[in-house]
Amino acid sequence: MTAQLADALADIVGARHVRTTPAERRTYARDGLPTHQRVPGVVALPGSRDELVAVVRLLAAHGVPFVPRGAGTGLSGGALADGSAVLVVLTRLNRILRIDPTNRVAVVEPGVVNARLSAAAAPLGLHYAPDPSSQTACTIGGNVAENAGGPHCLKYGVTANHVLALEVVLADGRLVELGSPGGEPWGPDLVGLFVGSEGNFGIATRIAVRLHPLPRAVRTLLADFASLRSAGEGVSAVIASGIVPAALEMMDQSCINAVEDSVYAAGYPRDAAAVLLVELDGGAEAAVAAEATTVAELLLTHGARSIRTASDAAERERLWQGRKKAFGAMGRLSRDLVVQDAVVPRSALPDVLETIGRIAATYQLTVSNVFHAGDGNLHPNISFDGAVPGLKARVDAASTEIMEACIAVGGTITGEHGVGLDKLRYMPLIFDGDSLAAMRAVRRVWDPDERVNPGKVVPVHACREWAGWGPRATGPGSAGQTRPGTADPGAMPRGSGDRMAV
Amino acid sequence: MSLLERVRALLGDDAVEIAGGPDAVPRVAPASPDAVALLLGTAREEGWRVRLEGAGTWLPADAPADLALTTRRLDRVPAIEPQDLSATAEAGIGCDLLRQQLADRGTWLALDPPGLAGRTLGSVVATATAGPLRQGFGAVRDHVLGVTFVTGDGRLVHSGGRVVKNVAGYDLTKLEAGGFGAFGVIVLVHLRLRALPRADQTFVLAGTREDLTQVAEDIVAAGLQPAALELMSPALARREGWALAVRLAGSAALVASQEAGLRGASGGRFTALRADEAHGFWMRAAESVATRPVTFRIGGLPDSSDELLDLLQHQVGDEWVSASPAVGAIRWAGDTTVDRLRRLRRTLAGLEVPLTLERAPWPMRSAVGHFGAYREGVGPLVASLRRTFDPGEAFVVAVEGSE
Repeated sequence: MTAQLADALADIVGARHVRTTPAERRTYARDGLPTHQRVPGVVALPGSRDELVAVVRLLAAHGVPFVPRGAGTGLSGGALADGSAVLVVLTRLNRILRIDPTNRVAVVEPGVVNARLSAAAAPLGLHYAPDPSSQTACTIGGNVAENAGGPHCLKYGVTANHVLALEVVLADGRLVELGSPGGEPWGPDLVGLFVGSEGNFGIATRIAVRLHPLPRAVRTLLADFASLRSAGEGVSAVIASGIVPAALEMMDQSCINAVEDSVYAAGYPRDAAAVLLVELDGGAEAAVAAEATTVAELLLTHGARSIRTASDAAERERLWQGRKKAFGAMGRLSRDLVVQDAVVPRSALPDVLETIGRIAATYQLTVSNVFHAGDGNLHPNISFDGAVPGLKARVDAASTEIMEACIAVGGTITGEHGVGLDKLRYMPLIFDGDSLAAMRAVRRVWDPDERVNPGKVVPVHACREWAGWGPRATGPGSAGQTRPGTADPGAMPRGSGDRMAV
Repeated sequence: MSLLERVRALLGDDAVEIAGGPDAVPRVAPASPDAVALLLGTAREEGWRVRLEGAGTWLPADAPADLALTTRRLDRVPAIEPQDLSATAEAGIGCDLLRQQLADRGTWLALDPPGLAGRTLGSVVATATAGPLRQGFGAVRDHVLGVTFVTGDGRLVHSGGRVVKNVAGYDLTKLEAGGFGAFGVIVLVHLRLRALPRADQTFVLAGTREDLTQVAEDIVAAGLQPAALELMSPALARREGWALAVRLAGSAALVASQEAGLRGASGGRFTALRADEAHGFWMRAAESVATRPVTFRIGGLPDSSDELLDLLQHQVGDEWVSASPAVGAIRWAGDTTVDRLRRLRRTLAGLEVPLTLERAPWPMRSAVGHFGAYREGVGPLVASLRRTFDPGEAFVVAVEGSE
């Protein structure tokens, strides 16, 4: 990365907002997943939309790849840049631009921290529903890029269900507005397409989101089980009952003990094989109370040893803090942690949990499960010490087996963390060459040179030829030509049938 | 070899439903997703222009083309999973048939799109036509976990999956839901279901539009979360005046408490419909929309609903109007002209409100377009996406219009 480019960036954002020294740049070498590391060439922190657009245009003019990054709490290696790329950090774009309580809409900049938006909306009786466990640090822009979830997405939906409109700066520096404040797409649903594109389609500079009324009644239950299987069966019973809890989370014994050993101890029963944290909410006390009673009965029928109901807001907060800080608490188990993010059909949970247990035993690894059971969104976490020779290879092999087990029952490789770098190798396990090629072709509609967050999401080697890329396409916003240094899409024969390895 | 001979050789004699004639293009009904891919791959090679059809009950089958591709033989339901509340269905299944099969397994697709009985699932997804249940359960895209579609050059593409949470790869499903077939023919849909509601009650209040708008606001302010909260014109509701229809669905406890809340918010003025009355009420409203020549939807902010209804009344009339005031969505049906529709779209664009033309005869569709003008910079993205998924311009879809 040239000094001239760093100087040009400093001219836009100010010298104190450009990081060039090795020590400074290493600060940004990881995200929330400790198993990937890349040191960016330069780090730039624009302080306004105009600065951001100017940065993107500068990089476009010089053909320099760049990686957008929010708070760096992602769990897929998605916000890492290597030495050839500029890391564009958006945390200074942190203004809540507008909250419209009548229409329940907020407009924010991408660097606004998730929990801060809900805190700002609370006096108006509203909240922003998607609540990733990292919500006290992660940004709305990052949530949009990853289509982030969270415990309460079971009832309220994931980020994609809450984004109404976006202003986006494309790779070439053009600003476009997608969607409308009422949520009706203006043409095809480009907002829906953009959300979850992991930074590959551009950077959201302004984000209009839907807010929800704060629930007037809440019940939080903690059910403990003597086996993972019975806890999984309890989940299925609740889902099939027609009652939609706001959240339905599971933690296994390893996770429970990690939490109970930490400052986040919530009073979870250490002798339980698993606990379910169930929250019901709504607009009427009587209805929520009745549904909570029904859920408790269902769980007791399916093997719950006991049900504890949070008696007040403080106890509810304590129960949730243990769950939301569980990943942090697992730092006590070992120095390294691989966080998985598979999703399985909910009825498959009992079998898959047993399979994961067998895989852990086979590879002699500690696997802790803390996850969004109501969505079937598993987070098997493998604790290990990367300094032990050979251990990382075992962890990788176990991770792959877990993923394959989830795919075998009809599941997918990521429910909310994104593909990033970490799950790139699994993409050909669930998508064939034509489907991967279609994704790559769509990416090139937004970013013909594939300069934004390069090397993420779609394993280019596994893409088949795609006729849509061709000489007919011209100019910005079109499907472009192959960039030097990227895989030649024409190298893959069309219709060869088999899925291809990365 | 003629087009029909080619098609028969590819897909067999029984795939050709109508061999064509002086006034009709040949209609081809492939029996599998692979057959759709084969047909469109050949269409690409031969330069055939293809019109997409489901059951033919929603969009008029009038777009000029070399052949019509209907999904009506893609009518299987490979999976209904009550424990997972998900299902997989082919695009040509009729929504009414699917609804019955789901109900037999205790499950429910919380979508009530406008249209006649027999309208296909693929039609509903491709046009993103949600009905009043949008209030409680979201837009069409919120019910679709994944799709398989075939591009204009005959490639089968899979997006999403059958699990309820999935961020693996770009969400091409969102492009297909509401893409009007411009980005591919949907052949298979993975659906998010709900358990069949234990209680399902509809209440109707007739009155002036102004009065009912206030009642709707009161209901929202009271914290009620109805499955539907629909303001309907007299003709659509078959009432003397405007009608506000409220549907409550869910557990018995939830519906009972919401009913009490509704009484409180409205002074007990609503009339409860019996189950058969409610069924007839919603079905007639859905069908009435489909029997007018033109249907469009607009999406504004909730607090602009009243102003938008005034605008519609002034510019195109409001005989057949259905609005979800708490969502900001309005559907209009009736008869109008290209000029009026263009003027209305321009006026709405000035208010930041998009108008999506849902159905109209081909001359109007091709003149006005389903989407019409885009915001600055969006047109090239859409055009490029179309080239990506339909490089030979096989699909005859009036996306932009001719203005």
